[in-house]
Amino acid sequence: MNNFHYNWRKLKNTAVFTICVIGVILVLIPLFFILYYTLKQGIGAINWDFFIHMPKPVGESGGGMANAIVGTAILIGLGGLMGIPIGIFAGIYLADKPKGIFAFIVRYLTDVLNGIPSIVVGVVAYIIIVIPMKRFSALAGGFALGILMIPLITRTTEEMIRLVPNSFREAGLGLGIPRWKTTLSIILPAAFKGIFTGILLSIARAAGETAPLLFTALGNRFWSVQLDQPIASMTVFIYDYAKAPFNDWNQQAWAASFVLIIFILLLNIIFRIVTRKSYTA
Amino acid sequence: MDEEITNATTTHVKHDESALRMQTFNLNAFFGLNRALKDISLDVKKNKVLAIIGPSGCGKSTFLRSLNRMHEEVGGTIKGKILLDGSDIMKKDPVNLRKKVGMVFQKANPFPTMSIAENVVAGLKLNGLRNKSRLNEIAEECLKRAALWDEVKDSLHKPGNSISGGQQQRLCIARTLAVEPEVILMDEPASALDPISTAKIEELIFELKKKYTIVIVTHNMQQASRVSDYTAFFYMGKLIEIDKTSVIFTAPKNKQTEDYVTGRFG
Repeated sequence: MNNFHYNWRKLKNTAVFTICVIGVILVLIPLFFILYYTLKQGIGAINWDFFIHMPKPVGESGGGMANAIVGTAILIGLGGLMGIPIGIFAGIYLADKPKGIFAFIVRYLTDVLNGIPSIVVGVVAYIIIVIPMKRFSALAGGFALGILMIPLITRTTEEMIRLVPNSFREAGLGLGIPRWKTTLSIILPAAFKGIFTGILLSIARAAGETAPLLFTALGNRFWSVQLDQPIASMTVFIYDYAKAPFNDWNQQAWAASFVLIIFILLLNIIFRIVTRKSYTA
Repeated sequence: MDEEITNATTTHVKHDESALRMQTFNLNAFFGLNRALKDISLDVKKNKVLAIIGPSGCGKSTFLRSLNRMHEEVGGTIKGKILLDGSDIMKKDPVNLRKKVGMVFQKANPFPTMSIAENVVAGLKLNGLRNKSRLNEIAEECLKRAALWDEVKDSLHKPGNSISGGQQQRLCIARTLAVEPEVILMDEPASALDPISTAKIEELIFELKKKYTIVIVTHNMQQASRVSDYTAFFYMGKLIEIDKTSVIFTAPKNKQTEDYVTGRFG
């Protein structure tokens, strides 16, 4: 009898464990498939020229996407400049005053914002910035990406600050350190790892956005780092090149996809290195 | 002093006012509508150790946290009067008050992102003291006073939470000493520690009272009898009895106190 129960339990354990393993494999298959396929397709077009040269005029082969790489960096920079501070401060507010009606509204709207299709955010940026400026610009693109970054950073900041034990806050206050300074100098550093993860996730999301850039930053086949001018980006580059009728361009779109994936992978590695050095709670 | 206070002083023992560090008069503390402390009036004497004992939920921690207005930080409210060196702390800025009335918590809580040395001077540094050599001096001095220096002097740059629990608690005491308080509140400072670490903390308390006034909440009655000069017994949010520790533990006047210290309840 006893033995029967034991075996039955073991059987259940094995069954559930097997289901878990199958789940993991199912999750990993598409990831590896995407990595493998982009690598296979893109590797041929990746060379040094690809990173340092400009796109060639239509009809000529070769060329690169130096302008799109720099453009994406600038767009993410602008988006971060707007999204990171707003997100972090909003997150601090939500963590500090979790119960008020205003906090409830902010939290709810943040979640709504997180779910808004990115193309809608692009339209909003178009109306707010592109129309008054009467031209597409890097600023408008950065604005759109910034809005997309805010909800993710806000919610991770809030969650991570809440994970910091209250005893640290009390210790700070108990030493006669003002509340705001306790939050900035003690709580925030203790939550740094998690907040940094949130920022990286939001950067990864922004780097992969195409729709909101189509009618804000527009794209640019020429070298431009001016913020009030249309600017190239890797995703729009991929979009343009992937649908082009030239085999050469399609190859470059694959290459750009691969570079984008590697870029996000590198972000993760940098994150690991940076956070390894800091103390943990 | 106003009338209200003179009335309240009837429960206070006759004494020399200059020997008092803190006094409470009809202190009531609330969590929302729940009254956690009921008309507590007692004296904290200078350079003495006052132990507060009582069963769980009797309000001893709330009392302690009222003395540096930490109770209000968790959404509680305080009614009544609390004096520090004769002036009303409810009229003071709580941030400045807490530099005078420091606190050591039940669980050691060194700041995880700071080194041992940085932990000690955190209160000074975050309040604007920038002079590096002065900070180092203070760190050394406070670690010596907290009887921790010899154990950590070669690892001052290591994270504050890399040392043992007992050491961490002494680090927290050193951190409290650095802001030069007059009163140190200790909320069961040794309850999470092993007997040897506990003994070290108790020795330390004995040393510290030469310079500071200490109020300690403890669950451990042996500890109260070992470290304190005065003991207050709290029950259901009320102060049942306060007297010299030797009196509380050998000849308490109140039946409830006697039952508690002899282990009949609680």
